[in-house]
Amino acid sequence: MQDALDELTERVRAAAARKGPLQIRAGGTKDFYGNAPRGETLDPRPHAGIVDYEPTELVVTVRCGTPLAELEAALDVRGQMLPFEPPHFGVGATVGGCIAAGLAGPRRASFGATYGGVRDFMLGAKLIDGRGQVLSFGGTVMKNVAGYDVSRALAGSLGILGLIVEASVKVLPKPVCESTLRLELDEATALTRVNEWGGLPLPISATAWHGGKLHVRLSGADAAVHAAAVRLGGESLEPEQAASFWRGVRDHTHPYFAVNAPLWRLSVASTAQPLRLDGEQLFEWGGALRWLRSNMPAAQVREQAVAAGGHATLFRGGDRTIGAFAPLAQPLLAIHKRLKAEFDPQGIFNPGRMYESL
Amino acid sequence: MSAPTEVASANALAIEGTGPVDIERQRRVVAALRAVLPAHCILWREEDTRPYECDGLTLYRQLPMVVVLPETEAQAQQVLRCCRALQVPVVPRGAGTSLSGGALPHGAGVVLSLAKFNRILEIDPLARTATVEPGVRNLAISEAVAKHGLYYAPDPSSQIACTIGGNVAENSGGVHCLKYGLTVHNVLAVRALTIDGDVVEFGGRSLDAPGLDTLALLIGSEGMLAVATRVTVKLVPKPQFARAIMASFDDVERAGDAVAAVIGAGIIPAGMEMMDKPAVGAVEPFVNAGYDTEAEAILLVESDGTPEEVEEEIERMKAVLAGSGATRLTVSESEAERLRFWAGRKAAFPAVGRISPDYYCMDGTIPRKKLGAVLRAIQKMEVEYGLRCANVFHAGDGNLHPLIMFDANDPDSVERAEAFGFAILELSVEVGGTVTGEHGVGVEKINQMCRQFDRGTLDAFFAIKRAFDPPGLLNPGKAIPTLARCAEYGKMHVHGGNLKFPELPRF
Repeated sequence: MQDALDELTERVRAAAARKGPLQIRAGGTKDFYGNAPRGETLDPRPHAGIVDYEPTELVVTVRCGTPLAELEAALDVRGQMLPFEPPHFGVGATVGGCIAAGLAGPRRASFGATYGGVRDFMLGAKLIDGRGQVLSFGGTVMKNVAGYDVSRALAGSLGILGLIVEASVKVLPKPVCESTLRLELDEATALTRVNEWGGLPLPISATAWHGGKLHVRLSGADAAVHAAAVRLGGESLEPEQAASFWRGVRDHTHPYFAVNAPLWRLSVASTAQPLRLDGEQLFEWGGALRWLRSNMPAAQVREQAVAAGGHATLFRGGDRTIGAFAPLAQPLLAIHKRLKAEFDPQGIFNPGRMYESL
Repeated sequence: MSAPTEVASANALAIEGTGPVDIERQRRVVAALRAVLPAHCILWREEDTRPYECDGLTLYRQLPMVVVLPETEAQAQQVLRCCRALQVPVVPRGAGTSLSGGALPHGAGVVLSLAKFNRILEIDPLARTATVEPGVRNLAISEAVAKHGLYYAPDPSSQIACTIGGNVAENSGGVHCLKYGLTVHNVLAVRALTIDGDVVEFGGRSLDAPGLDTLALLIGSEGMLAVATRVTVKLVPKPQFARAIMASFDDVERAGDAVAAVIGAGIIPAGMEMMDKPAVGAVEPFVNAGYDTEAEAILLVESDGTPEEVEEEIERMKAVLAGSGATRLTVSESEAERLRFWAGRKAAFPAVGRISPDYYCMDGTIPRKKLGAVLRAIQKMEVEYGLRCANVFHAGDGNLHPLIMFDANDPDSVERAEAFGFAILELSVEVGGTVTGEHGVGVEKINQMCRQFDRGTLDAFFAIKRAFDPPGLLNPGKAIPTLARCAEYGKMHVHGGNLKFPELPRF
């Protein structure tokens, strides 16, 4: 593995020397995400494998090129899982891509702070920076406040600060019991309900509403799941049916995502009223994530997202030249530019993928 | 720790910004600040600035040149612009409860106290968020939202006094982190001022924000990147019910294995704390918590949730603990009994304070599987340094708090206590852990950062500092050691080129 790492480091140094842009690309399952990739392809897949996995320490250290499915299978054998339920937008999804994209699935917003996003479970990371140095941030322990929390900031960084070559991630035991309920509710009522439930000690691990139906997943101890199921009511899904439903929402194979119109991802305050936007919607995360299939002008979608306390990403399809991500306010953009210049002085890593100026 | 000592005793290497106040410079800075702040918000006479000379780590003291207490964000903005123009370092300060000297003043700088930023601005029970000013106390948030059945989860032991701004600066934890997370997991947004006085919104009301996760960099940055003026926290529903198990072990290593066994069984307890025999021996006569004083170690393990869920989990945990060789198991039968179990743990620090003139609290995190080895090494160090040590441990997270007992009036005892503490930190790094789990680096552990990180990574930390604070004026000299410091520290501590535990990989 040292050879693979050395080779990647060499490639980075060579690219830096000639100021030649690199697009970091493994399985290519997220080519659609962000602004259009450019530059010579840097494929980190040779740097693969699980470095260390200690189930009783709740931590796994894994190289970037490891297939996501392989990591999940290794955890599953020990009754554990990635708590952020990352999407697989294709069979080639890797751990590095999962962290660089920073996308989490249905479990993102759940009861208490038990689950969360990719960043919430990052404990450490190794990065090849724009000078070809391998830097080590964080560690493998749960609590660590030595130095700035760079490993968390690498989640969702889209590779613009460097190549994430290794990550230490906190894992959690799989819930003893899971159950999914389906309730018939209109959007406004569903939004009110999921927010009210969020304030009660209920073991809700996922919610998704579309077309007048709200799906709620409960995860936890047998007794807690059964008591909550009785309390919430609705129709209970068979385990196979439930698993396939949540996989469809997670991986965008649910029929909602098949409609041929640009897909917008609106990350907003969970309590925001139903968005008055043309096009079909599906919401997840207790109302905090709204998907929109729409041909509406970007400016209108973004304005509504801001009014709803958040931001809109042109997630898939449509015209990416308008900028996939919502623009940053000036002082924050200035910090981004300086961070980029410090980590990647020649601007070789995924230029323009996040913002044109980075 | 109680008695005062002069700055940086055994730390030996100089800390930036220590020394007497330059009166001429002070006069100029005060004059400039008067143009932007009402007179009552500026302190500069020694009798007024003396109370700010240290934080919770009283081993280090430095008189600040000036202390300002702005009342509005606009005033704080002006203070920063003024300091930026005059090239004056700024040390932000909350309640001053830091245990690592994070708020130690700079002798040529301004302490920016956020004490007057103490309003709760908005509570949104439906969205389960609260937006507060940074000077609001941690516990005050939970008290204010209790009527909605909600609370703010991170509960550092200083929670009655420490402020949310300080929690953001230190990424504070508490006894329930394993299940409920640290500050970084429970803060949605921070509005902050840069050294240029620009307002920046980090994070937002949504669960993610566009661009890089700069909020993750800001949380735990020890006041070195920006000054918070508003914090939006997540609130979580209060568990309906909780019970705790007290388990005794006749061997610390067996107790450590029991912790791993509970987690290996797929259980994430709401809290899992360990105390060794000296800690129990200090606490029990003081609190009468019902602890087993014969045990080599006791574990407190808590389950929370619905009554059905708790019963189910308690039974599973009891079985695992019994199977791991617990010599005695007691389950709390009432809320009063559960609180009594915790009262002992929470009184561990003052209890040790009763049996020793002073104590020094360390804060390393280690992989749980190394617990037995580390505790045995600490026992050897007690002999080596001639000082007693009691250990309390956030066992679920691997966060160790050795309490080294010493006498602050005896310089030799102080020196040995610091050397003992630093040896524990270096051991934590050597076994794959960290020099600080939740108290921060501050000035206290800055030398040990040289052990934990290589130069490239330390330089990357400086790069981040420059990106947020180009002139380097926010809390300078803390948390990240310079090349020169590490070189000097290396010379002091590597004897004959031999490191201890040469077989262990270093980071």
